[in-house]
Amino acid sequence: MQVKEYKPLIVAFCCNWCSYAGADLAGNNRLSYPADVKIIRVPCSCRVNPMFILRAFQRGADGVIICGCHPGDCHYTSGNYYTRRRMAALFSMLDFLGIEKERTRVEWVSAAEGAKFAATMNEFAETVASLGENKRLEDLRCKR
Amino acid sequence: MRKVSLDSINKVFGKISESNKLYLPVDGSDGVAVYTEWSEGKEWSNALNTVRSPKDFFFPQVENLMEFKTSGKNIELVDIRDEKEDFVIFGVRACDVRSFDILDRVFLSDPVDSFYASRREHGIIVSVACSKPSETCFCTTFGIDATNPAGDVTAWKTEDSVYFKANTEKGEAFMKKIEDLTEECDDSAVTAQKEKIAKIMEKLPLANLSADAFGGGKTDTFFNAPEWDELSATCLGCGTCTFVCPTCQCYDIKDFNTGNGVIRYRCWDSCMYSEFTKMAHGNNRISQKERFRQRFMHKLVYYPENNEGIFGCVGCGRCLAKCPISMNIVKVMKKIGGNKSE
Amino acid sequence: MQKITQNQLVEKAVSLLTDGTVSAVLGWKKGEFDYDITPAVFKTADEIKENFVWNDFCGANFSKYLVAQAGKHEGKILVFLKPCDTYSFNQLLTEHRFDREKVYAVGIPCEGMADIAKVKELVGDGIVSIEADGDSLKVSTLYEDAPALVNAKDVMAERCVNCKSKKHVAYDELMGEDGIVLESNRFDEVARLEAMTPDERFAFWQNELSRCIRCNACRDACPACTCEKCVFDNPASSVENKAPANSFEEKMFHIIRAFHVAGRCTDCGECSRVCPQNIPLHLLNRKFIKDINEFYGEYQAGAEVGLRAPLVDYTTEDLEPGEVFDRGDKDA
Repeated sequence: MQVKEYKPLIVAFCCNWCSYAGADLAGNNRLSYPADVKIIRVPCSCRVNPMFILRAFQRGADGVIICGCHPGDCHYTSGNYYTRRRMAALFSMLDFLGIEKERTRVEWVSAAEGAKFAATMNEFAETVASLGENKRLEDLRCKR
Repeated sequence: MRKVSLDSINKVFGKISESNKLYLPVDGSDGVAVYTEWSEGKEWSNALNTVRSPKDFFFPQVENLMEFKTSGKNIELVDIRDEKEDFVIFGVRACDVRSFDILDRVFLSDPVDSFYASRREHGIIVSVACSKPSETCFCTTFGIDATNPAGDVTAWKTEDSVYFKANTEKGEAFMKKIEDLTEECDDSAVTAQKEKIAKIMEKLPLANLSADAFGGGKTDTFFNAPEWDELSATCLGCGTCTFVCPTCQCYDIKDFNTGNGVIRYRCWDSCMYSEFTKMAHGNNRISQKERFRQRFMHKLVYYPENNEGIFGCVGCGRCLAKCPISMNIVKVMKKIGGNKSE
Repeated sequence: MQKITQNQLVEKAVSLLTDGTVSAVLGWKKGEFDYDITPAVFKTADEIKENFVWNDFCGANFSKYLVAQAGKHEGKILVFLKPCDTYSFNQLLTEHRFDREKVYAVGIPCEGMADIAKVKELVGDGIVSIEADGDSLKVSTLYEDAPALVNAKDVMAERCVNCKSKKHVAYDELMGEDGIVLESNRFDEVARLEAMTPDERFAFWQNELSRCIRCNACRDACPACTCEKCVFDNPASSVENKAPANSFEEKMFHIIRAFHVAGRCTDCGECSRVCPQNIPLHLLNRKFIKDINEFYGEYQAGAEVGLRAPLVDYTTEDLEPGEVFDRGDKDA
């Protein structure tokens, strides 16, 4: 029986105006990052509900990253400020429950930062790969 | 009757565990007893009873009924039932044993619930008489004798020994397994304990609670009683009572989307919830008062009406201890039933 | 142990009812034993005189009942508020959950409530009566001839041991003297957990949360949880579930609930008081409060009406989410 080598499944919530465009730019410039990074486009990073993050882990994600515009440059003026507070609180709580802190991250990527996007994804995927599969927030019913 | 010294009870547990899974009340990290699978080092709890009732073994809180796995256009149906071996539940109190009878009448009547039936067949019940009833106990109100519980095997725990008496074939088979660990004895110690505990039962604060006012045929008498408003006014609708109750039996069937298929499972539901068994239309009892009334009418009137006068409550006292606002069936009986219940 | 007596409260309630200031009274009602107090709505003076009770087991916080009860009666409803309850009262008002005009709030001092589980641990089962006796509780049981004298401080509920404030922040009338905000040790247990390794914390919470039976008592007792349709009851939300199907579900419910009330939780302690499985839920909420205090400045929900909750506010200089992990060295 062939055992598939473990590759981390990363879910990246990218805001439409900055980080998604940044991802596009990375693609245009043929900068590679792992195919296991699944991008979900949201209008603004503050659209991300903590339930989305837990749901991603439930459905098999090993790492979740939220990308948005740089603070001060939000397309909707202040959305990412709320993201910052919300995710700070949530990440601290996840850490409190013993979930590995390296599995979650917030990164600010602008539309011009294609290289940063690819570099971030590569680095994040590597970090999550070294942690192994997500066991603490997994839902066995959803295993493939 | 046979007995074993209390010091050697772990040997009995060890022997039984060799052939069957054995569950008994063990103190958890929070000091509260919970039914746990026995393994070397686990001590039988001294607590009067557990918070979660043993109905969990026959009617688990979550039971997977079947699974559908999808791949492309194919759907595969998987039977994921898990209870296939005999198991022993040790240390069940008289009230909880009676609750199994009450659940049997619901699940084993036509059409038989095959999930429940299979678990019930595999389960061997060793009940233990109570030695230190609590002020919240009122099993006598419903004709239950705490000093002589039913079950496949009845046991009595005294200061130094545990006495056993088999009542059924399954019980005899159980006793056979531990024959060389136990010895034949007379029942004088047991009789003495029964008398002592019976006296304590008479002194319990709720000893005189009577259910005579209730029973089949009383729907019209109580349905429109004005007292329901007052009783239900501060009910949170949280459902704690239904989840700790050993006789509550309502369930919901839900489908869980796993992302690559569906698991159909059954889970406990609470008539206290506004989402109770919600299908299409919504809950027909739209106010908390109606839901509150439903629960107690079911236990005190509707169930006895459909079941030859047997009440749907066993007097275990868990709702007295666990309701966040201290509402419970005793307060309802006294308020609605009037003087007859005192 | 309480400084104010039952008679004083009964008198107050009866006089406000009979002189027409209020037409209903939210109070504590006598139960079967001395410790099973039920919150109730009293409508007549006779009911109050016969059944109103005030003792060391009156932990219930009435603020949440105002959402349903205020406006339900012809006139105002009287509500007795201990200091911790007044914070919930203000928080609910900030969120416009009830009409202030329909409520007459009377602040009452509280010396701390007892936890019956702690009493039973010391004294055993079969409790027949509990009476207050100065600073002690006289507990009679079926199994001991003489009643046991228990120091009330030894059986105080955890939230009362770490009482954060004896000050009433909302009332129409105050009985007794007002108190002050206290220096409490309520974050000690949170700090102790924070100092563990992630593996230890995970094991701790697995152990605690696995007992959850999803009875929803915590949610239904919480004054900050007043959504008409809770996300966990809403089939359209796709997280609706009635059962803790596995360890993920258990964590999901509690993380999300704690998050939904973060910044609005007044730390009243009801969630842990009502949990039938003794899960220390208040630790999750206190963790959020501690974090918010450290990241965004000291904030007490409900201290005043109209405060803006920290998670719906921001400054341009807030810390980055990654920085929350850099506080102290505590990881394996």
